[in-house]
Amino acid sequence: MGVVADAWTWLATGANWQGEAGVWHRLGEHLWFSGVSLVLSCLIALPAAFWLGHVGKGGALAVNVSNVGRAVPTLAVLVLLTLTPLGRQGGVPTIVALVLFAVPPLLTNTYLGMREVDRSVVEAARGMGMSGGQLFRTVELPLALPLVMTGLRLAAVQVIATATLAAMAGEGGLGRIITAGFHTYDTAQVFAGALLVGALALLVEGVLAAAGRALAGHGRKRTET
Amino acid sequence: MSGCLAANAWICPEYVSSRAQELTDATVQHVWITVVSVLVGLAVAFPLALLVRARPAFAGPVLGLTTVLYAVPSLAMFSLLLPLFGLSAALVVTGLVLYSLTILVRNILAGLAAVPEETREAARGMGYGPGRLLWEVELPLALPAVLAGVRMATVSTVALTTVGALVDYGGLGTLITSGLKSFFKAQVLTASVLCVLLAVTADALLLALQRLLTPWTRAARARGSAPRRSTSPGSASPGLTSSGSRARRGAAARDSVGKAG
Repeated sequence: MGVVADAWTWLATGANWQGEAGVWHRLGEHLWFSGVSLVLSCLIALPAAFWLGHVGKGGALAVNVSNVGRAVPTLAVLVLLTLTPLGRQGGVPTIVALVLFAVPPLLTNTYLGMREVDRSVVEAARGMGMSGGQLFRTVELPLALPLVMTGLRLAAVQVIATATLAAMAGEGGLGRIITAGFHTYDTAQVFAGALLVGALALLVEGVLAAAGRALAGHGRKRTET
Repeated sequence: MSGCLAANAWICPEYVSSRAQELTDATVQHVWITVVSVLVGLAVAFPLALLVRARPAFAGPVLGLTTVLYAVPSLAMFSLLLPLFGLSAALVVTGLVLYSLTILVRNILAGLAAVPEETREAARGMGYGPGRLLWEVELPLALPAVLAGVRMATVSTVALTTVGALVDYGGLGTLITSGLKSFFKAQVLTASVLCVLLAVTADALLLALQRLLTPWTRAARARGSAPRRSTSPGSASPGLTSSGSRARRGAAARDSVGKAG
């Protein structure tokens, strides 16, 4: 329990929050990496998965992309990119590595969400003369939304957790608080850093879960009227 | 010292031949850390899964705790275990075991839950006790799902082992981070490629083992009756197709998210 108390003391010390290596600056970097990566991943994965799910092709592709993604060590990608000319643009290696990491689960979950939409409902909608676009907007998308949101939530939490690895490649983010504590044998600081990342992940998960519920409620209301 | 080493090229056969011993040592360390972690993970996950099945009251705490552990950043996990283990391989293995539990417990549970109730009834009717029922009927039938879990856990463990470089027990990851410090491009690329190859090879070997141990699933697929996606390469868990229930889908979605390495 001593570590927890020490970590609390560390967090309560105002000086640890100020300056270049302070919590605020690192938190900003962390949110910037994670946010940009997540938005880019969505821009890449969601349209592709929606399209594949809508036409009902590419199931093997969606699943295999996810499996290949699991096999690629994010740390290796980060370090490789840091050594390329891209590494001189601060933050770019981290963002590229995180996008590569977040696209597979988003793609797979969205595709599965689209495919799990009851086929008889889709057939009925087609029978009513809906065009492909109408079918997607009014039937498939609302029904697939819960699983899509689950995928997004999990991807967001994993991206925030993974962004700490940027510190091992010499980039910024909350991971730097952990590695700095690690190198000075300051367990309290390591614990405080881990707590900060955990709290951030939980907070984002909560916000996205609430957003998902709001969207689902909106969809229900629209179909009822 | 000439050619690609002097030029610090990305691809350098000279590096591979001159540092063959170093590369082999790192690969061997990577393999044994992965194997030990997955085996210990299985040894811990099985009793946990059986406990959850026998006493559903434990389901919430066990699944919740393993999920929370999965969300701990790998860098933080290894750092936090440091006071307990010091700079040792046991530290890396413990962290990896804790991560593998989420995938393994869920897949073992899903596999056991997918055993048809009639099959159980028939075995009980034939006089099978609970122990024999588990070992001779339920586990063989759950094997495809269990092995699917082992494959996922193994592949993500291979990738995660690299983070063990933090405490110098990262196998190929140690070469990757030391290559970063000295800007040694060939070392970083070679170690990274070896790491991916290792994951792909492990996956292929486990798939072969799965085919070998569950010949009946192949026969069923060849007949074209009920092609179970749970045994096909890549699908996350049987919950994906066999049932549309929300809880199962949640578990499947969780499983299809990778863990950072």
